Amino acid sequence: MPKPEILDPQGQAVAKALPRLGFEGVTEVRQGKRFELEVDDSVDDEELAKIASSLLANTVIEDYTVRRVDA
Amino acid sequence: MKVGVITFPGTLDDQDAARAVRYADAEAVPLWHADADLHGVDAVIVPGGFSYGDYLRCGAIARFAPVMGAVIEAAGKGMPVLGICNGFQILCEAGLLPGALVRNSAMHFVCRDQWLRVENTTTAWTTRYELGAEILVPLKSGEGGYVAEKATLDELEGDGRVVFRYVGGNPNGSLNNIAGITSANGRVVGLMPHPEHAIDALTGPSDDGLGMFMSVIDAVVNA
Amino acid sequence: MTLDTVKHAETTPDTEQPYRELGLKDDEYQRIREILGRRPTDAELAMYSVMWSEHCSYKSSKVHLGYFGKTTTEQMRSKMLAGIGENAGVVDVGDGWAVTFKAESHNHPSYVEPYQGAATGVGGIVRDIMAMGARPLAVMDSLRFGAADAPDTRRVLPGVVAGVGGYGNCLGLPNVGGEVVFDPSYIGNPLVNALCVGAMRVEDLHLAFASGTGNKIILFGARTGLDGIGGVSVLASDTFSGDETAAGRKKLPSVQVGDPFTEKVLIECCLELFREKLVVGIQDLGGAGLSCATSELASAGDGGMHVVLDQVPLRAKGMTPAEILSSESQERMCAVVSPSDVDAFMKVCAKWDVTATEIGEVTDTERLVITWHGEVVVDVPPRTVAHEGPVYHRPVERPATQDDLLVPADLPRPSTSELRDLVLRMAGSPNLSSRRWVTDQYDRYVRGGTVLAQPADSGMIRIDEETGRGVALSLDSNGRYCKLDPYEGAKLALAEAYRNVAVSGATPVAVTNCLNFGSPEDPGVMWQFEQAVHGLADGCVELGIPVTGGNVSFYNQTGTTAILPTPVVGVLGVIDDVRRRIPTGIGAEAGETLLLLGETHDEFGGSEWANVVHGSLSGRPPKVDLARERLIAEILRAGSRDGMVSAAHDLSEGGLAQALVEACLVGQTGARVFLDADQDPFVQLFSESTGRVIVAVPRTEELRFTDMCTARALPWRKLGVVDPEAAALEIQDVGTLTLDELRETWEGALPALFD
Repeated sequence: MPKPEILDPQGQAVAKALPRLGFEGVTEVRQGKRFELEVDDSVDDEELAKIASSLLANTVIEDYTVRRVDA
Repeated sequence: MKVGVITFPGTLDDQDAARAVRYADAEAVPLWHADADLHGVDAVIVPGGFSYGDYLRCGAIARFAPVMGAVIEAAGKGMPVLGICNGFQILCEAGLLPGALVRNSAMHFVCRDQWLRVENTTTAWTTRYELGAEILVPLKSGEGGYVAEKATLDELEGDGRVVFRYVGGNPNGSLNNIAGITSANGRVVGLMPHPEHAIDALTGPSDDGLGMFMSVIDAVVNA
Repeated sequence: MTLDTVKHAETTPDTEQPYRELGLKDDEYQRIREILGRRPTDAELAMYSVMWSEHCSYKSSKVHLGYFGKTTTEQMRSKMLAGIGENAGVVDVGDGWAVTFKAESHNHPSYVEPYQGAATGVGGIVRDIMAMGARPLAVMDSLRFGAADAPDTRRVLPGVVAGVGGYGNCLGLPNVGGEVVFDPSYIGNPLVNALCVGAMRVEDLHLAFASGTGNKIILFGARTGLDGIGGVSVLASDTFSGDETAAGRKKLPSVQVGDPFTEKVLIECCLELFREKLVVGIQDLGGAGLSCATSELASAGDGGMHVVLDQVPLRAKGMTPAEILSSESQERMCAVVSPSDVDAFMKVCAKWDVTATEIGEVTDTERLVITWHGEVVVDVPPRTVAHEGPVYHRPVERPATQDDLLVPADLPRPSTSELRDLVLRMAGSPNLSSRRWVTDQYDRYVRGGTVLAQPADSGMIRIDEETGRGVALSLDSNGRYCKLDPYEGAKLALAEAYRNVAVSGATPVAVTNCLNFGSPEDPGVMWQFEQAVHGLADGCVELGIPVTGGNVSFYNQTGTTAILPTPVVGVLGVIDDVRRRIPTGIGAEAGETLLLLGETHDEFGGSEWANVVHGSLSGRPPKVDLARERLIAEILRAGSRDGMVSAAHDLSEGGLAQALVEACLVGQTGARVFLDADQDPFVQLFSESTGRVIVAVPRTEELRFTDMCTARALPWRKLGVVDPEAAALEIQDVGTLTLDELRETWEGALPALFD
């Protein structure tokens, strides 16, 4: 997700569009990315963090979380 | 005097950067992304375009190309490096410059002739300019908004490391109207606008961009 | 499900086949059975149905398009290196350079999915240019939408513009011009016509044919998926019951999705293949995908081909042969390669990371045979698929209402005191306002060869850095004129594109077109089509420049309402040295003289004034005088060559008023002009008479230039002077408009609607 202090014009555009479509009550929208990786047992949490921080996310402008989902 | 110009899959303005180098009376050496050899060049340009289709993030994949390893090493030893547009994005992703480039605040790709103020004339790429000079250079990008943490911005401003600033309006939401910055040693410069498209009034809005390519020749010759 | 092989088809002649759902008529289906001597297999049925569709076979237009061939003279043909029927037209432009260009439509997909429809339209036309052996150099686009303030225009326009820009910018092709036009008739049927121009050395021209028995067929580029299959799904769907897993898919996507990065890499890969001379023949995969590429290559060459379909790299699971043959997955090309070059070919593809697979070879059997895991699923004579499709002779009938249209409505005209405000109002109207909102989303600089781009009258690029040789292009049409009189309207479109190229100092040499019309099943639409084709062809003969290729798009119609007949005409011109081009904006020098070339008559039929102020379309369109256009072109060419003209801008929609506003704003300079005391000021400012150009000449050249005009019997009138100090357009006895207010109005219209 973009860091809180980063301007997110795409999220803002979505937030602006919702009332036009008749949806009220949404005060903020942030737009991020979701990656789904299929990994085997050899890939541990430390490695996933490295994958996230060195490639998938630009830590200058993005925060990330990693979640394991069983197959 | 040899200036390397890198081509990644999807690079677009490499031919134009090479032309600018030739106009400045130096030899342009094409560098292939997969080749970690810089072939004895005196300086490197990382040109504009859509390397790897801007997949993942602009420049995120190119920064891992074999040639970039050699560029990072050479920059560490003082070789002048210029990142233009996508090249600027790649240098930020590679950590050679601080900050990052994000989507234009107005959400459109913008191609326009943009006035810039030159605010640092001591870098390897800007010695030929007068301090405070206003130059007219094309800007053409969809992800040109420069952002960085407050501490980084303060450092850049405090140390005079903002090289170019947008004047006459901010076209993309860049913080502090920053159009281009330099590394601490003034050898690595990145900017979003395209000086290689302002080398001839026939094909561009001015020839104000030529100075950057002539500056680096001086920098190498006088080194 | 049993594979429907040729053998199986031979033994099951009475199997019901869903040919009607696939768009084939009863007699067409019977004809296929006669050609094959049996019923077609599923795969063959899919092939014939896509290749015999209107879009691919031109069945309703063929009989009319033949008129182009009939009227093209030897002289017109002399500079053509490839013409109608090839992927794109090719013209010899001198110095050993050949230029190829073509326009194509992608209308219906752009209504469904504006971004992807427009993006894949650009992708498709660029591949057509590549398939001639050229490096694509620039693009242009002609866009038409419903009323500017209609809600659906808000949905479609931004998506289309973003798609054109998103794809073209990523390919590294400068967008150098085009048009955006609004009219209610396009609301359910937006028009997206994309043009691409490329250049190569004459000896590097590649044509699309498969010759040389034993030569290999290599499919390269993106993998093949379910894009654009749409109708063909009916062949598979009746066996499955709506289960959404890979083996049982429901409705398949009918929208093609493009990836410009893949195409950019494909361009570089192809150019390297051409440079290394590894390609005997090449074809791009566009509409009808593999069905088209294989049947066209085979039928244009030695006549036979064998394809192993299971070799095609796929990106979707469980695709049937019919689906693979109909897929419109983007960014794919098909090459014919001699066996000894295959390794080198594959190496170049590997360098660029382009998937490349040998899928077949050229044979001398005069049959196109396609196998699937060893079984023959297609065995057809390729010409019957690709070139001998149905030819319809649709009924043609001039609409009964046409005469009523031609009666000019009695439209109240403004008084002289109202003219000043009218200039402003017209400048801010949707069809005359600045297109900057659109064109700022396109890269005009990439490749470093763009010398003129919007808002200039034409787009001009340098093709030879050493000699300065360049080409200029313009795309134009006026559907309103064409509705009133399609024959004259087509000529008017040609005249305008010709004039736009000429005012830049280039010499027009060739023509392309995109003919956008309603349903061919409507005899009135067919009349418009026939008239337009004749108008365009006759106009080309008068101007001495040939149509080298083009495109037809029918069925642009919602219910019974067809779009305005819209033949978009593209003219290509050549200039020896781009440094001598004539810019559009005035103001190189203060005190320069402004001249108006040509004659102004009281002609308001189909005009923008009638549209904006009265919402009226009636009367006759302005008269066309192609001899006058030729004369102006020659004079401007001489003027540019000899440095007599510092700026020129042609007059079209909006008349003199609009041309003055644009010349001032583009040049960022004011002007003081005076009208002819002997003619109604309203007529002088807003009539849309043709064959007129404003030129700015330095004081020192004024006499030489006007003497030349007089000597050549070109009427001219002194119009005024350039006045940068004034920062305003002053029209004597009418009023003064400051540049600021003009700019705010002219540039503010589209952002107000679409930001």
